[in-house]
Amino acid sequence: MDDWSPKLETYLDGELSASEMRTLDAHLRTCPSCAADVLSLIQTKRAIQSAGKRYSPTPEFRERMRKSIASKPRRSPIRMWIGVTAAVALLLVVGFVTSSVRQQQIERQQTFSELADLHVATLASANPVDVISTDRHTVKPWFQGKLPFTFNLPELQDSEFTLVGGRVTYLGQAPGAELIYQIRKHQISVFIFQDRAAGRGLESSSQSQKELSFNIESWAHDGLRYFVIGDASGSDIHALADLLKKAS
Amino acid sequence: MPLFDQLYNFAHWLAQDRTEAEDLVQEAYVKALKGFSSFQPGTNFRAWMYRILRNTFLTSRTGLKPTATVAIDSDDSPELPAGLETPETILIDNSQHQLLQAAIDALPVHFREVLLLCEVEEMSYQEIAETLSIPIGTVMSRLSRARRTLRASLQQKLVRT
Repeated sequence: MDDWSPKLETYLDGELSASEMRTLDAHLRTCPSCAADVLSLIQTKRAIQSAGKRYSPTPEFRERMRKSIASKPRRSPIRMWIGVTAAVALLLVVGFVTSSVRQQQIERQQTFSELADLHVATLASANPVDVISTDRHTVKPWFQGKLPFTFNLPELQDSEFTLVGGRVTYLGQAPGAELIYQIRKHQISVFIFQDRAAGRGLESSSQSQKELSFNIESWAHDGLRYFVIGDASGSDIHALADLLKKAS
Repeated sequence: MPLFDQLYNFAHWLAQDRTEAEDLVQEAYVKALKGFSSFQPGTNFRAWMYRILRNTFLTSRTGLKPTATVAIDSDDSPELPAGLETPETILIDNSQHQLLQAAIDALPVHFREVLLLCEVEEMSYQEIAETLSIPIGTVMSRLSRARRTLRASLQQKLVRT
């Protein structure tokens, strides 16, 4: 059994780690000797606390201080302190909000530029896709056992898009699907990842953006994060995104 | 004036003299107002104020007295003998209040301050570390030694009375 006695004071100061706190809580219920120690330590703590509140400033000193501080700045000391405190609080809040917004932007930029790289690398490859098929009923099952999630692909008969094929890809150490679609001569990549792995800095609602003059659209649905990226026009990207949203 | 009463109490414990405590508090507030630009937003305001007060004390006449500063580096000195624990329930008795205050007063200043910041000001170890400009590990060892020293001296006092 662990010897808790050296830790009892730290425990009462509330400074043990959460897991140690829980373990010790449980231990105290079964160990009368430790429980008795804790009780006497609490009593000492209380005694020191009340004995420690021993001195208070005299009214004269309080008044003297008030005047001496008031005579320096033009504003009254209390208003000055309120002003200072408010300014500090405001700085903290603004700092926090802007830094978290900024952080989000940076993360979004990083994700988008990584995807642009993946898209370019795929198109530059001699074998851009590992499953070559225009049939979504061939492409989708090919991912079985290769990815920890599944997804639906749209029916394309009435659209200008054709499915070229798909491959497994990775973003931020997480596996995902990359599907290549074609419209006229443009090739478009559709990336599907788990949202918790790839959604850094992204909101769940639809977002579109230009990255290195690629058009990108991204959204989250049912825990999956979709990206559509390509050199096709923004409206083509959007049309393909719409088809995917309807299918999923 | 934020923290006025608490700072005064702490100053009086450090200086052990009313006039000197008043001087300390006054000087600390003047320094704080002048040096407000040195306060970094996002850091602990209370720790900052106590640090100013304590630094003021350390450079004051009382603070520079050898009796006050001796043993500041004694965190590594040999452990106190164990087995001095007394039934601490004895302390609940209000008549022991003064005995306890005398025992705290008798502590070396680096024990007294860490104990008061923890028990009276209820600062976290992190805040104490910031106030005293020492690592958290030192806060913990110093606090534990302060408590043991206090217990030992209380026991002696109880035996004598």
